[in-house]
Amino acid sequence: MGFIPVFIWSFVLWLVLTAGSKGMLWSPEELVAGVVFSGIIAFTTKDIIGEKAARFLNPAKWAGFVVYSIGPLFWGMVKANLDVAYRVITGRIKPGIVRVPVELENDAQYTILSNSITLTPGTLTVDACPEEKALYVHWINVTEKEPESSEVIAGSFEKWARRLGR
Amino acid sequence: MIEWLIAAFLAIGVFFNLLASVGILRFPDVYTRIHAATKCTTFGTIFIVLAAVTYSIYSYFWVERDPSWITIGIHSALVVIFLVLTNPVGAHAIGRAARKSGIRPHGAVIDELEGHL
Repeated sequence: MGFIPVFIWSFVLWLVLTAGSKGMLWSPEELVAGVVFSGIIAFTTKDIIGEKAARFLNPAKWAGFVVYSIGPLFWGMVKANLDVAYRVITGRIKPGIVRVPVELENDAQYTILSNSITLTPGTLTVDACPEEKALYVHWINVTEKEPESSEVIAGSFEKWARRLGR
Repeated sequence: MIEWLIAAFLAIGVFFNLLASVGILRFPDVYTRIHAATKCTTFGTIFIVLAAVTYSIYSYFWVERDPSWITIGIHSALVVIFLVLTNPVGAHAIGRAARKSGIRPHGAVIDELEGHL
């Protein structure tokens, strides 16, 4: 069942990596070789990719990922780095590991949210527990010891993760 | 004009990579050092790659129409995607392994994972 998503992903990656051989496009030999190699890779890894990987082939979702990564995520990274710069220079930290309850359903959403949390201001995901619906986050400047939701830690990222990983 | 843009990108990138190294030296324990190392190196490397991409686009359209410039630009841009996807996962794995082997966060005001792992 996972054959088609893996095939499309590896073929797209092949096209991106080999662009520019004939003007700005691809030569026919390259396209044929790409189909063959993507087929081999898809056949060998189709059991690893997971049952519902085909839902990420939706172009609306790709647009969502692009908007998310150059909008909220990049802005969050800018703030994170200025924050770390401030803390490196002044040395003013108040660390702690807090438990953050989240409302997510599947593993893809957990992955997106924990990676976003790690890349944004003053937080680092240490452990994710899908069975108790919580993330354990190392926070460099604890302002709230028992947060009710991920709002104080991650801002709007939980909403984005819920939408993108659905 | 374009030289100044590239220089600005490189300066930002190198500044944040330097900040990451200073952070590793200045912070007290493994978790805060991971903070400095992950965030700042990812961000700094994005800007260094952005400088490379800007340079390759400029060279393709205004210097010489050689497709290898396009190849350089695309391959550098791919580096950013893979870096942003894998760097937080590595940080997460190191932090979790450190906590599992019993290292407490230095001066923690709260530690919810105490006795949990």
